[in-house]
Amino acid sequence: MPKSAPTQQLIDGLLEGDRLALARAISRVEDDAAEAARIVRGVFAQTGRAHLIGVTGSPGTGKSTLVSALAERYRAQELTVGVLAVDPTSPFSGGALLGDRVRMTGHSGDAGVFIRSMATRRGTGGLARASADAMLLLDAGGFDRVIVETVGAGQAEIEIASVADTVVVVEAPGLGDEVQAIKAGLLEIADIFAVNKADRKGAGRTVAALEMMLETGGAAAQAVLHHGQRMEMEAAASETDAEEGWPIPVLETVAVSGGGVDQLRDALERHWAWLEGSGARSAREGRRLGHMLQTLVQAEVLARMERTLLPGLRSDLVEGMMRRQIDPYSAAAEMVKKLSG
Amino acid sequence: MRDDQIRVLIAKPGLDGHDRGAKVIARALRDAGFEVIYTGIRQTPQMIAAAALQEDVDVVGLSILSGAHMTLCPKVVELLHAQGQEDVLVLLGGIIPDEDAAELKAAGVHAVFGPGTSSSEIIAFIRAAMAGG
Amino acid sequence: MAEIIGNPQASRLRTRHASRKLSALKRAWQTSTLDPAVKRFPERQERFTTSSPSIVIQPLYTPDDAPSSDEAAEEYAQKLGFPGEFPFTRGVQPNMYRGRLWTMRQYAGFGSAEESNQRYHYLIKQGQTGISVAFDLPTQIGYDADHDLALGEVGKVGVSISSLQDMRTLLHGIPLDKVSISMTINAPASILLAMVIAVAKEQGVSLDKLRGTVQNDILKEYIARGTYIFPPAPSMRLTTDLVRHCASCLPRWNTISISGYHIREAGSTAVQEVAFTLANAVEYVQQAVNAGLDVDHFASQISFFFNAHNDFLEEVAKFRAARRLWAKIMRQRFKAADPKSCRLRFHAQTGGSTLTTQQPDNNIVRVTVQALAAVLGGAQSLHTNSKDEALALPTEKAVETALRTQQILAAESGVGNVVDPLGGSFYVEWLTDEIERQASEYIERVDEMGGALQAVADGFVQREIQDSAYATMRAIESGAQTVVGVNKYRSGASPAEETLRVDEAVQKERVTALAALRSNRDQDRADASLRRISQAARTTNEPLMPLFIDAVECEATVGEICDALRTEFGEYQPSSWV
Repeated sequence: MPKSAPTQQLIDGLLEGDRLALARAISRVEDDAAEAARIVRGVFAQTGRAHLIGVTGSPGTGKSTLVSALAERYRAQELTVGVLAVDPTSPFSGGALLGDRVRMTGHSGDAGVFIRSMATRRGTGGLARASADAMLLLDAGGFDRVIVETVGAGQAEIEIASVADTVVVVEAPGLGDEVQAIKAGLLEIADIFAVNKADRKGAGRTVAALEMMLETGGAAAQAVLHHGQRMEMEAAASETDAEEGWPIPVLETVAVSGGGVDQLRDALERHWAWLEGSGARSAREGRRLGHMLQTLVQAEVLARMERTLLPGLRSDLVEGMMRRQIDPYSAAAEMVKKLSG
Repeated sequence: MRDDQIRVLIAKPGLDGHDRGAKVIARALRDAGFEVIYTGIRQTPQMIAAAALQEDVDVVGLSILSGAHMTLCPKVVELLHAQGQEDVLVLLGGIIPDEDAAELKAAGVHAVFGPGTSSSEIIAFIRAAMAGG
Repeated sequence: MAEIIGNPQASRLRTRHASRKLSALKRAWQTSTLDPAVKRFPERQERFTTSSPSIVIQPLYTPDDAPSSDEAAEEYAQKLGFPGEFPFTRGVQPNMYRGRLWTMRQYAGFGSAEESNQRYHYLIKQGQTGISVAFDLPTQIGYDADHDLALGEVGKVGVSISSLQDMRTLLHGIPLDKVSISMTINAPASILLAMVIAVAKEQGVSLDKLRGTVQNDILKEYIARGTYIFPPAPSMRLTTDLVRHCASCLPRWNTISISGYHIREAGSTAVQEVAFTLANAVEYVQQAVNAGLDVDHFASQISFFFNAHNDFLEEVAKFRAARRLWAKIMRQRFKAADPKSCRLRFHAQTGGSTLTTQQPDNNIVRVTVQALAAVLGGAQSLHTNSKDEALALPTEKAVETALRTQQILAAESGVGNVVDPLGGSFYVEWLTDEIERQASEYIERVDEMGGALQAVADGFVQREIQDSAYATMRAIESGAQTVVGVNKYRSGASPAEETLRVDEAVQKERVTALAALRSNRDQDRADASLRRISQAARTTNEPLMPLFIDAVECEATVGEICDALRTEFGEYQPSSWV
């Protein structure tokens, strides 16, 4: 199949389980927004089956190794797994070094595991702009579990909560005095905590700190979750009730030796069943699709603004702001008025 | 909106663990604006082909210092072609005698770079090949 | 002299005064003579460093920069000392090469055991005094020659050894009580050593006469060289097990050769080479101590392996700094009481990555300069690279020239006739101090991370080395660093060199031999010996060496023994890279 294969051929191929078609479709989605629209349109009806799992956490916590071990445990149950490993794009060169595969070599030769490395390009929040689309393609490609691993730059990567059904926050002892997830603002989005490298000194302390945090700050954390979400739209109202009743587990894992990974998989399966049974799944899906809609609308509006507005208006307004002749709010209002009028 | 990026897989086939060259080239390609997927050492041709497929790369760069190139490289090319990736550029770096280089080119390796090749030469080769293809 | 010793207080004051005077004189020279000259004729570079960018060098060093400036005698005794005495800065033997020259030991091995055996006999006939065995990659990673992953690799970068029969052939006609055997083998070191022990027993050589070295340095495999098999914890158990066995049964065997060589080849600076090698050494000693061994019982059997690189004076200072730093570590941190425990003895090899395929004859000159640095730095044994090693395995002719280079240094140059001839050079002493200081800082950082094992697991050491490697590549490509014949002083294409090729038929031959071995041996006996290994591996601390000796004598192969261990120990998965 040549790189220039027609879009429909890629769509048909990936729906039939052709892995090269899937791989090339993901590249198209990354490279070209118009193609992304065509491809997602072609596969969307076949999505919504996979359990979408987000894995995030600070650098040095061993996320990739844990994802690899988790995939192995899923394979033991004959579930197929698609993995999307996101690494940062260099702001200087626009290039990227994608090294997560180094830690995932155990799956080679297994057609039931598909690993794709992805650079953030211009994406934010530890994900690429195309991450959500690529997850849809993996879902449509027939994978039972789709795991996305964020950059893990130590910053708030809460956008993962807008693309996944279940969020695993990975923590490790010995990365500093405080629990990294708190520092990174990840506490509020976790459905499951995995304290990886649990054979190291200080693991017990990390687990205890997290458990205490969950006990004392549970309600507060939930509240922050919902206000922290940028996407609330209509789904948000009913969601608070539905989210109750999931006690967030804190698990110990040793990814390199596979220790505790069965328990992590079981917790994920339990969460998946709980989402289904409690109605939280549809709430989350609503939130997720709502987020996607909003993102696309924003992008489209911005693009249309760039296209349709007088080219000079933006710079005129900026100049006016610099001279303090107009304030930022009024300038924005003026631009939006031009757009809708 | 288009956002095309050249994607390169850098792999070390065989048992050789000397990965200094592979790693500095990976960095140089990153700094030239490419997206570089690094597989690590001890890769079989099957592992490399599977990674090339899943990552949908434009270029596969192999680094071999152990003398096993005549066994491993043709196998990688053969697998890439068999899975429909005839259009992937295959490059080889390492200690490769001239007569072997000629034979490997006949087997589908697009270029062979010996010790002392500058990264800019490799980058220029990839750019030219991508623009031409 | 008597006065200085009699009244150190007064002499200290006097030397301090003299030193102040000297620095004033130096400043005056700088303003009145140096600066105007530099103004008229600017220097070639804005900033001069050694090959380590972190070491900035001044145009001139005076007594002010050397330890002999203050507190001369006392400082001399403390920092330099006398050769053969703590802290061994000037050398590990009292008269160094005036007694015995360094061991000339060319690393060799390729193809089958027969071919390699012939090469060793040739080298011994040429005057080489020890042999150094290079194994092929399958052997180093614990796969027999007939394993799938061995395809294309058998006999390529060294000799293929799968069974005791192969080892017998390899050592045929080599008297093990006279010639020392060095083996570059790490993950399966215990198994290959077990084979040597078995052959020695067959030759009737008593084990207290058996001399040699196994590299047995797994940490640098994770860092730089890549021939690991098992995860760190069981690997360290194998290391300690071998150290324990040799401490009681093979008193003259070097149990571990802690290697900075490959760290440097991977792109580190000289400072990093010293720092990470000694940090690894600290980890090995600590693990052995933790396992209940007395430091003075095993420490004298530890040896080191360093790179001899291009920056001549930096290399000399590097060897001196490493010796002093290690002596202090052993005494202060590990409370070694025996001075022999504090001696850093090392093998050196000229830097393989400095060789160029362009104008290969230039490599002979590079190797000469590097070998001289190793000798002036006090190496116990030396391998000189052959000029064609950037192209292929060396031909016999090229190896001969490399060996002759050492013989010329030993017999003609006269540098071996005096101990540490560069000691006391203002610059070399300053540089020795500086390398020691910067390396100590690195070691402290590694300590803070919880030791070398942890620093390697976290990728810290690898990242530091890769950053240096990348900086070197950029410097060469930008022309800031000159490589003669590559980015400057280029000439037309060099005529093709004659190179050595390993016959592809070797693999077929080995596969046939292995099939014969497997069908002719007493299978039940071999299986039983492997089962005993599996059982012992399941315990935490049961000795393994005696079981390996038993297994190789039962004709179990390297691959089979490693497979038994793989099942129990698991395999190492690299976890970090950039």
